[in-house]
Amino acid sequence: MLDNIGFILGTTLMYATPLIFAALGGVISENSGVVNIGLEGMMTLGALMGATVGYFTGNPWLALLCAGLAGGFLALLHAIASVTFGADQIVSGIAINFLGPGIALFLSRLFFEGATMTKSINLENKIPRPLGGVFPQNSFFDLVLNQYATVYISFLLVFVIWYMLYKTKIGLRIRAVGEHPKAADTLGINIYKIRYFSVILSGIFAGFGGAAMSIAVVSNFRPTLISGQGFIALAAMIFGKWKPQGAMWACLLFGAAQGFVIFLGGTAIAISSQLLAMLPYIITLVILISFVGKSVGPAASGDPYEKGER
Amino acid sequence: MNHIKVEEKAVEMKNITKVFGNFTANEDINLTVHKGEVHALLGENGAGKTTLMNILYGLYQPTIGEIMINGKTVIMADPNIAIQNGIGMVHQHFMLVEPFTVTENIILGKETTTSFGKLDIEEAVSHVQELSEKYGLYVDPYAKIQDITVGMQQRVEILKALYRGAEILILDEPTAVLTPQEIQDLIDIIRNLTKQGKCIIIITHKLKEIKQIADYCTIIRRGKQIDTVDVSVTTEEELANKMVGREVNFIVGKEERTKGEVVLEIDNLVIKDNRGINAVDGLSLKVHAGEILGIAGIDGNGQRELIEGIIGLRKIESGKICMIQKDITGRTPKEILESKISTIPEDRQKRGLVLDFSVEENMILENYYKEPFSRKGILNKNKINYFAKELIQKFDIRPEDETLKARALSGGNQQKVIIARELTNDPELLIAAQPTRGLDVGAIEYVHKSLVEQRDKNKAVLLISLELDEVMNVADRIAVIYEGKIVGIVEAKETNENALGLMMAGGGSGNEK
Amino acid sequence: MKNKKNSIKEMLGSGNFMITLVSIFLGILVGAIVLKIAGYSPLESYGVMLKGIFGKPKYILYTIIYATPLIMTGLSVAFAFKTGLFNIGAEGQFIIGALVATLVGYFVKLPMGIHVVVVFVAAITAAGLWGGIAGYLKAKFGVHEVIATIMLNWIALYLNNYVIMLEGFKRPNSEASYKIWDTATIGILEKWKYTAHGRVWLKVHPILQSIFKTPVNLGIICAIILAFVVWFILNRTTLGYELRSVGSNKYAAEYGGINVKKSMIVSMSIAGALAGAAGALQVMGVSKQVSILAAMEGYGFDGIAVALIGSNGAFGCVFSGLLFGALKYGGPKIQSAMGAPSEVVSIVMGTIVFFIAMPKFIRLLVSLVKRKEVK
Repeated sequence: MLDNIGFILGTTLMYATPLIFAALGGVISENSGVVNIGLEGMMTLGALMGATVGYFTGNPWLALLCAGLAGGFLALLHAIASVTFGADQIVSGIAINFLGPGIALFLSRLFFEGATMTKSINLENKIPRPLGGVFPQNSFFDLVLNQYATVYISFLLVFVIWYMLYKTKIGLRIRAVGEHPKAADTLGINIYKIRYFSVILSGIFAGFGGAAMSIAVVSNFRPTLISGQGFIALAAMIFGKWKPQGAMWACLLFGAAQGFVIFLGGTAIAISSQLLAMLPYIITLVILISFVGKSVGPAASGDPYEKGER
Repeated sequence: MNHIKVEEKAVEMKNITKVFGNFTANEDINLTVHKGEVHALLGENGAGKTTLMNILYGLYQPTIGEIMINGKTVIMADPNIAIQNGIGMVHQHFMLVEPFTVTENIILGKETTTSFGKLDIEEAVSHVQELSEKYGLYVDPYAKIQDITVGMQQRVEILKALYRGAEILILDEPTAVLTPQEIQDLIDIIRNLTKQGKCIIIITHKLKEIKQIADYCTIIRRGKQIDTVDVSVTTEEELANKMVGREVNFIVGKEERTKGEVVLEIDNLVIKDNRGINAVDGLSLKVHAGEILGIAGIDGNGQRELIEGIIGLRKIESGKICMIQKDITGRTPKEILESKISTIPEDRQKRGLVLDFSVEENMILENYYKEPFSRKGILNKNKINYFAKELIQKFDIRPEDETLKARALSGGNQQKVIIARELTNDPELLIAAQPTRGLDVGAIEYVHKSLVEQRDKNKAVLLISLELDEVMNVADRIAVIYEGKIVGIVEAKETNENALGLMMAGGGSGNEK
Repeated sequence: MKNKKNSIKEMLGSGNFMITLVSIFLGILVGAIVLKIAGYSPLESYGVMLKGIFGKPKYILYTIIYATPLIMTGLSVAFAFKTGLFNIGAEGQFIIGALVATLVGYFVKLPMGIHVVVVFVAAITAAGLWGGIAGYLKAKFGVHEVIATIMLNWIALYLNNYVIMLEGFKRPNSEASYKIWDTATIGILEKWKYTAHGRVWLKVHPILQSIFKTPVNLGIICAIILAFVVWFILNRTTLGYELRSVGSNKYAAEYGGINVKKSMIVSMSIAGALAGAAGALQVMGVSKQVSILAAMEGYGFDGIAVALIGSNGAFGCVFSGLLFGALKYGGPKIQSAMGAPSEVVSIVMGTIVFFIAMPKFIRLLVSLVKRKEVK
């Protein structure tokens, strides 16, 4: 029994991790007033980049870094459109969701002889498990805590982003720009700079999220690897009321649903895994219905800011 | 008036011209303000006062012209440079981040930090408190903006400027949203500030305030500087004439007439505002046929909620509204429209028009589902077009093109489209909410004439305006609204500004008729 | 004071067509650059694509068959857009439409003709209700439709998989349902072409034979009729007037006595029905069955691009749907012919949408080009 709980908790953490990365990205971007519906595309490109660099260099950390840069590159496009050129942020995000998977598969075919699936990374070249071998194998603590380093990093980043947003100067400015850009502008804060910073950072995080799938949870990239995690991360961010710690809890919920699906798949219990997989989405809707109205996102989220607008 | 007269020039704006596209907002304006002086900028809505100050504050760059601060030329490329040069601006619409605390708003952009970029809130709070005491600007540094009064928010705005070491303070329409008591407090604060050698520029179109606090006044009309005068030797009438550019005819021509039956009867109405507070709080009122009933009051005393409640856009908590003896409480906007109530809404661009619809489409906004405009759900384009053309002729809407988008019309013509539409409904009650806001003098006269004509057809008119002059000149009777209640109703010709002003501030009362 | 802003908005309103054309051009250009960098000849690649689209009558028909569902999901998105709602949910509504069409097409037995109508009506009703959920959540609880429809997409996907897995519906040894009865299909002469007589006749008419090798069906006609219906509803009916006014300025609509909440629900329902029609016709005309989905098929997301490229107009959607269909059908041919990655198509589409998102940039670009020409 304890082992089962351990297994579920362990898979929950593992599957929540990519979501946490991406949701944190969403939190940063939206707090600065830019809706980032392109997280999905950024994750996809990050996943491909991580798997590719990981395969060719054998260095998981370099792979993770490159995945972040790839996500950041797409985010830069999003920022150019939505910050500099006042684009509709949702439309621009949708374009990113075409471009991300498009570029990812294109590159995959280039680097892997026309295949849309990258070659597997050797086990020892994946993201390491720092606590591997500390606990007896398959014991409760081993199942729960013996995780890929990305898992710990993601939780650490939740704290870092919380600290940044609520305790530092840059965070105060990011939130001010997201709430009332004009007020920030009149105080001499460079809105464009803050938004570029936030959006690019959000892409980097989404890229990390993609890599957390492709070089930790599994060991290669394939077309269906990122199918909806970016959107779930978006939901988690809203669910978590645009706060890092809130988004984290929401991601854990989604991760837990995944954990249960996998757990039940290995047992004889006759609950449809399809219905179970549906559950997180239904819960999200129910929660949106019950708490919406009391909590809204940053006031200026989604509004392009134009200097000197009259 | 405290003429300290330190003849030291704090601000000099020379030959300022600002062009937006093909629209000249400011044309060759010269403005000089000395230390310790209160300088008023007077002009009608849209005259270019705010543009001029946005240039001084670095939000816009002048097309031509030069700015000197303390005798040195400065290029105000952005607000940062203005702030560095000791300029602070309090915008008409406050630039405050609602979910932030008072202190967070004050320090934003000039934060004190400790290690790791951590905000040093304690340090900031003590600095804010120091400033509060020095200038008599009491605030709670830990309160959130969304929880404090408008007057308090204004103090935060002033503190924001002082925190940045402002020596030159620009106040854009500072009294528009204040109660008389708050206005008095503000005047005291301004005196405190000038005593310390700071100079203040006030943007306003209220003559009385200029007489009360300003030393000098620069009048701007349609982007041009008309004059700069010494306030102590100028009368309000002179200022008014310079502002509008001709003799101001304050009196609206209308015949005496006796009021008829009660058309609208409101009984003990309670309506909540967006924050859930009773904005209309036990209000009772009767409007008769053949009269214009004006509602006077300071902004935010429940006027907006009252109108929205009457026309069905806001939930009514309790009380009753009757239209010609028919209960319309809690009906849908459509049912209320059909009970012969028409409205000229307060915000014509938000409520009155679909700006991206053509003029003809806007003309049928309330009647699109009726014949002849449609039959069985299918629109009759020809009939709609014919109807629109007719109204454009009758109401002299320009340009004469019914296919033009409403967005492309001037404010006055947009208002005419609304008036045309509303009056063709042949309403028994016409509600006019701030019907002349932002319009030029010609359009204002047109609107007033339309209201009087409606009254002369023995219809009821309910006029809600924040401009006391307008209410006094147009209405037959004046009801004063204060904190969601009617605190007094007086005959327009039997009252004066002082009596009304007292009631608007919650003191005194008229006699309910 | 407002005049300046107004004129900018006016400019934005007009000249949509120019922006679309320039964006399409830029999309193709970016695709060419990407191909060049990857070491393939852009001219050859596009040549292969064009040949793959227009080379044979069969190809053209395939392009149309590919385009048909995209036109309708595009219409769905465009319709909601006119009411100011962003229907990301066409994907899920498509799934529901396809699923219900298959259920009714397999479990209900009706004579030819009637069966088609019943299947179609049932599918669009179900999908309309599905879309209506998002409208209802928005109207009643203020849940943003983008988020609600994203959630509903996934719920629809898993619902689809769940239903297919049910005993009696899942075709044994497959990942799909049973096929619908012939009475519920809309293929053109589908039976006849496999009869002895049909085979003989087609053999002597090679062009028609080539055409009839494709699952040629009535879907495109339905799509065009629906485009007309959408245009008519929006521009010629009081319902369309209501929906458009809510989309343009809901405050004014509310003031004019229009029920804003009802309009949102109606609009999303109609949008759902349109996407459901796409799903239903896809089943009735092409796939005849529904399969277990591992991931989204993308009909709904592609519909967003179609609507945006078609400037959210009904007939614009027909043309952009055909463009998109052509790229989706012709694109993969460069993979087989030259080994060039076919995903360049996604990059082209994404780029087009990306540029359409920022008309300001396009205007800047056009004005720069013009200035150069003057010099």
